[in-house]
Amino acid sequence: MEQQITGSEALMRSLSAEGVKTIFGYPGGSIMPVYDALYDYTRGEKKAFDHILVRHEQGATHAAEGYARVSGEVGVCIVTSGPGATNTLTGVADAMLDSTPIVVIAGQVPISALGTDFFQEVDLVGVAQPICKWSYQIRHAEDIAWAVSRAFYIARSGRPGPVVLDFPKNAQTELVDYQPQKVDFVRSYQPYPKLDLTAIQEAADLINNAIKPLALVGQGVELGNAQEELLTFLEKADIPAGRTMLGLSALPSTHPLNVGMLGMHGNYAVNLKEQECDVLIAIGMRFSDRVTGSLKTYAKQAKVIHLDIDMSEINKNVKADIPIVGDCKESLPAITALLKKGDHGEWRDSFKPLDEKERAKVIEPAIHPTAGPLLMGEVVNAVAEATQGDAVLVTDVGQNQLFATRYFRYPKHRSICTSGGLGTMGFGMPAAIGATFGAPGRTVVCFMGDGGFQMCIEELGTIMEHQAPVKMILMNNNYLGNVRQWQDMFWHKRKSFTRMMNPCYELIAQGYGIPYAAVTDRKDLAAAVGKMLATKGPYILECAILEDDDVLPMTPPGQSINDMMLELKK
Amino acid sequence: MPSLYTILVYSENIAGVLNQITAVFTRRQVNIESLNVCASSTPGVHKYTITCYCTEEMVMMLKKQIEKRIDVLQARYYRDEDIFMLESSLLKISTSTMLKNQEVCRILRHHGARIVEVNPTYTAVEKTGTTEDILGLFEDLNQMGAVRQFARSGRICITRDTREQLDEYLEEREKGRDKESK
Repeated sequence: MEQQITGSEALMRSLSAEGVKTIFGYPGGSIMPVYDALYDYTRGEKKAFDHILVRHEQGATHAAEGYARVSGEVGVCIVTSGPGATNTLTGVADAMLDSTPIVVIAGQVPISALGTDFFQEVDLVGVAQPICKWSYQIRHAEDIAWAVSRAFYIARSGRPGPVVLDFPKNAQTELVDYQPQKVDFVRSYQPYPKLDLTAIQEAADLINNAIKPLALVGQGVELGNAQEELLTFLEKADIPAGRTMLGLSALPSTHPLNVGMLGMHGNYAVNLKEQECDVLIAIGMRFSDRVTGSLKTYAKQAKVIHLDIDMSEINKNVKADIPIVGDCKESLPAITALLKKGDHGEWRDSFKPLDEKERAKVIEPAIHPTAGPLLMGEVVNAVAEATQGDAVLVTDVGQNQLFATRYFRYPKHRSICTSGGLGTMGFGMPAAIGATFGAPGRTVVCFMGDGGFQMCIEELGTIMEHQAPVKMILMNNNYLGNVRQWQDMFWHKRKSFTRMMNPCYELIAQGYGIPYAAVTDRKDLAAAVGKMLATKGPYILECAILEDDDVLPMTPPGQSINDMMLELKK
Repeated sequence: MPSLYTILVYSENIAGVLNQITAVFTRRQVNIESLNVCASSTPGVHKYTITCYCTEEMVMMLKKQIEKRIDVLQARYYRDEDIFMLESSLLKISTSTMLKNQEVCRILRHHGARIVEVNPTYTAVEKTGTTEDILGLFEDLNQMGAVRQFARSGRICITRDTREQLDEYLEEREKGRDKESK
């Protein structure tokens, strides 16, 4: 007979059974029994986990996201009830929009006190439901094994996403005859829809007869571990492919079929060619408004094949002529098997003059300027060159993100970690912490602006305590740059509250004992980046950036993507 | 063009599913016209009958978003011609008005309403039918000033399908039980 254990101990065993190694968390009143059990499970004979004490629960969720993005495993957070739980909601929403598998376990007041406005009580399941994949209250200890396994199964299967477990204190202390459970079937949930073979055949026919096919590669390819299947598919039919921001490392940026990044600040040629192609093959991407611009004019000339694992993405934004619902690890090879060897050299060559135009007008001036203050593009380029493509790129949100994603390079899979859908400022620093634990062998660089750096600045404490080797590049232009750019472009240059007074970051770095250097002159840039990368552990490199540097090219919001501008009228 | 759709949803009997379903409507700012929730004929499965005015494009979107919720088994939408539907209603009318005005009894007979209780103060009446049937009765009685209370249920319906889609779904899922894990 199994000995009775507490619910908290049962949680430890359940997490261990799910293969959890790293937990990002923050203790508090309603989660104390769990933290007491965690004491044993993070040291000595029973050690199963590393617990990373963050400085704010939002940081825990972003760290879990960063961990999940680079490792492909489920990121885990443990927090307390009330404010601890509500602080996780930004990360939960972020993970929902970017399909990131995380499990948040939050303490809750005992069920006998629920609904009484008890100290630190909040209806977490209620508030989390609309922004997470699944949320559940574990009311008694005997539910733990089932609920935890179900949570991990739901978070990681199909289109991944966040799961929130609300864990009342009584269930943490109750005794239970613990029996491990493995949930790998939920009858109301079909994570891997069956392929429609007729649609596969129709898609193959369409591609075989296409003259100007264009593939749009999204994060779904990485989430489905279908990077190799994608390559075989693209190479056999000779299809040029653009990538979404989250899908940047799904196809190596060095591959000849890669034609750049899609979207508002993506590459010029691919945006224009979306309006010219005859067959558009969207693979694991959701036609976000940042990719499509105005839907009224988007790719109207093309037949659209949409591969997605999530049925609700089909016809949501762009009508699919041939929807293929299923796992792209299965659907891509199924289509490839029916493809004829293609040659679209002429079509691919037609991208080149546009690429050249962008290179001359935008890229060269951005990454190799010769005069004036430092530019974000050249800083990103310097780091990309120095890291030789091995690094994981983490960004915050705003101009830093747009420049970083444009000018970084992605020869390896799972190398991009950014907040795409929710656009969460403050995401960068904690996500980078998570990435260092999720990919311990790799260099993690994190580009942030002065706005986002301060939004989760408290996580410098986590970096200090764990010596998380995050190479932080603070691109300081004393502005909330992206909003400032929009104010200049669309709001009559009225810079309403975008100029920001900054603290002395050197003193802040000193306070946390993190090595720091500043670059103001471009002749010092390469050496400073070299020193940062050569320094063991965390590092802050502050770059003094031109105050009104603009991200280009740009499709103004709500306009057609072929209205993309290479320069701004000042 | 917006028209009236009836959405049938089946879910596991887990607390909070109704919230998740109505949240899909809230997010798209579609008003729910009527809502009926009860246990279905399949043990452990709850059935939701929801009506709303929207475009077909919207109802397709709603269906997929509802079905995406983990504990929802199935969501399907129908036009009125695809279903047999009913609503029921209860009316409380003044007995003295009824006795004074013979027209009240004539209206009750005309609409095929059933008297379920009579006492000196009020008479309780029950009427089952379509929305139009029920509102017809209500309006006729209300013109007489006879109605003291009126309650109307949400729509319930059964489909005209020759196949039972939920049963097929559940059978299919049980067959796939071993193959799903990756």
